[in-house]
Amino acid sequence: MIRSLLFLPGNAPNMLIHGGDLGADAVIFDLEDAVSPEEKDAARILVRNTLASLPLSCQTVVRINGLDSGLWAGDLAEIVPRRPNALMLPKTAGAADIRQLEQAVAALEAEHHIPAGTVGIIPLLETAAGIENAYAIAAASPRVLGLFLGGEDLTADLRCPRTKGGKEIDYARQRVVCAARAAGVEAFDTPFTDVQDSQGLLDDAKYARALGFSGKAAISPRHVQGINQVFSPTSGEIAYAQAVLDAIAGAQGKGAISLHGKMIDAPIVNRARQTLAAAKALGLVGGKTDGN
Amino acid sequence: METKLVSTLSQAISAAGLTDGMTISFHHHLRNGDYVLNLVLAEIARLGIRGLTLNASSLFDIHLPLMQHIRSGVVGKLQTGYVSAGIGRHLSAGILAEPVEFRSHGTRAADIAAGRVPIDVAFIAAPAADCRGNCTGKLGRAACGSLGYAIPDALHAKTVIVITDTILPYPLADWSISEAYVDYVVQVEEIGNPQGILSGTTQITRDPVGLIMAELAAQAIAASGLLKDGFSFQTGAGGASLAAAAFLKEIMLREHIQGSFALGGITGYLVDMLRAGCFRQLMDVQCFDLDAVSSIRDDPRHREISAIHYAAPGSRGAVTDSLDVVILGATEIDTEFNVNVHTDSAGCLMGGSGGHTDAAAGAALTIIIAPLFRARLPIITQHVTCISTPGTSVDLLVTQRGLAVNPAKPELARRLQAAGLPVVDIHRLKAQAESITGVPRPVPRGSRVAANILGRDGAIQDQVMTLPEEG
Repeated sequence: MIRSLLFLPGNAPNMLIHGGDLGADAVIFDLEDAVSPEEKDAARILVRNTLASLPLSCQTVVRINGLDSGLWAGDLAEIVPRRPNALMLPKTAGAADIRQLEQAVAALEAEHHIPAGTVGIIPLLETAAGIENAYAIAAASPRVLGLFLGGEDLTADLRCPRTKGGKEIDYARQRVVCAARAAGVEAFDTPFTDVQDSQGLLDDAKYARALGFSGKAAISPRHVQGINQVFSPTSGEIAYAQAVLDAIAGAQGKGAISLHGKMIDAPIVNRARQTLAAAKALGLVGGKTDGN
Repeated sequence: METKLVSTLSQAISAAGLTDGMTISFHHHLRNGDYVLNLVLAEIARLGIRGLTLNASSLFDIHLPLMQHIRSGVVGKLQTGYVSAGIGRHLSAGILAEPVEFRSHGTRAADIAAGRVPIDVAFIAAPAADCRGNCTGKLGRAACGSLGYAIPDALHAKTVIVITDTILPYPLADWSISEAYVDYVVQVEEIGNPQGILSGTTQITRDPVGLIMAELAAQAIAASGLLKDGFSFQTGAGGASLAAAAFLKEIMLREHIQGSFALGGITGYLVDMLRAGCFRQLMDVQCFDLDAVSSIRDDPRHREISAIHYAAPGSRGAVTDSLDVVILGATEIDTEFNVNVHTDSAGCLMGGSGGHTDAAAGAALTIIIAPLFRARLPIITQHVTCISTPGTSVDLLVTQRGLAVNPAKPELARRLQAAGLPVVDIHRLKAQAESITGVPRPVPRGSRVAANILGRDGAIQDQVMTLPEEG
């Protein structure tokens, strides 16, 4: 389960070395925007060696350079053999991009005797075309683990200012969540970029969670804990979910069931199961039943 | 009224009868802003006095002119509790013919009080004094707060000279050192730069790894069983230690726990905890920042204590012996939990115990916070370069990858595990770090002893060798 994804510059060894200790569910080693052109090769080697030699307790994602960069194939050649959980493809514009990347990844997996499908893909949707093609992208390959919304580049493409309130990306956020859920994959929200503003981060994360996102990226380790907190089920949610499933178990097919005066229908039961599954995955509940 | 004012430093030194081979002492409350040690040594050099033993509770880089006085033979021996890195480099290069003697702050106080380290003339930098020698650190242009480390010197030196830039009307109220112990008072233009009092490390860390360790340390304290009403606490001024105090404050306020006292070098963060109701009292041997200075002046709950009262081994009452928890740092820690705070990993002197050894010896729970590695060097070693604080006084190591409990404390390990905290064998943490950094090659040493590290029992606990000779 990925609630938080922390970006770490691929050319900063003192940050890479601590990547696994910062509390994020996934780290994104960045070979793209965070790395200047003259450091691309050094970053590629550093990230390769980090994946090869550091025992990381979290999931690993590598943001490779874009398909139009001339660098992506070289990135793949170094990175895929080290088996990151996923590659993040910047500026994914359509399903064809995913198929192109998948082909190259599959070839490298075969060459290095890595089980096919080991390395996943997280498309980064940060252009108007990417947002409009969100569902096709999400459904383009079983390797796609989730869609990732990139708000900064997107607003540049939309020719609107990027604001703290984020109204300008409301449509994109909702479209990404809807497309991801339709394709059965996760949806990850754009980072909140004001590192100093802890309350702003919490508000932004809560809003993203309310829209249906599974998690959110961070550009600073200081945001990781807040994101984890927001995207974890609260004790109240867990208790309610357990009560729903207890009520279902107690009713034993008696038809309509109510809890606290409210009808419990199938969507409520499904949500309760999802909440308890998440709580279990995060170690927030012990051995209680999931209602089945 | 007869005053003790002497018009020049030179006259005071002569009146004190200072001659070749005697021992002079200084305190370090003005820290890296202290002008007095340099002023006094320049005057002594001008008077042609040589072969002195200099006993200073700590030495900072502002005191680098001392190196010239060592080269010229004015100072022949050093006794101290701490040296900053610039001074340490010269000492490690072997500038002194005889090894520097390092004592913890408590051991220095005990040895001075017992006459084991006799002081002929104590030079006491006092931010404010009256004409009869009553003096304080709470007032004056260069107010530094507590004068705790100067008190044993004042009580036990054969001659005591107070040096101040602020003479206030007699009698000075609320003195730290009374006229009963003072022989001469000298007024100089400036005793120090107040900005230099601020320690370089008294800010809460923003380093994410430091914050992880700080939170783990606070959780360990909460799980230890010691965090309850009456709790007592000391922490260093390092960024991660201060962050641990901040996390602890949150827990104490949430759980409505009121501690009895916080001890030691006092920072503004501990003052905040006092004001928030986390403690009933602060016991202050040294102020680390200007917030602490104004608090000790204005808040009667913030008390000045002498170095003897703070930490002297064998005294009738050292507060360190009543401590529940202390959080300390380390440049290295070994698998026996011995801690080095005297040298860097190349074996060069750059610190000292200060009160580290005393607080560790006294506290019911001694916590060391240290990252698994700094730059490319692992911090957990097979054997530390220098034993500053013996592992028998250390209970818990907090790193970003988990908590290592001294095997002598199985009950502590059980409590931490029961609280769900990540307890890991120290050898495993060492191996984890070395899997990333590799095992460092042994550092070459020179042939002479640069420093003798004395334990709290007065015996030599360890020695630091000089750096390798060139060529």
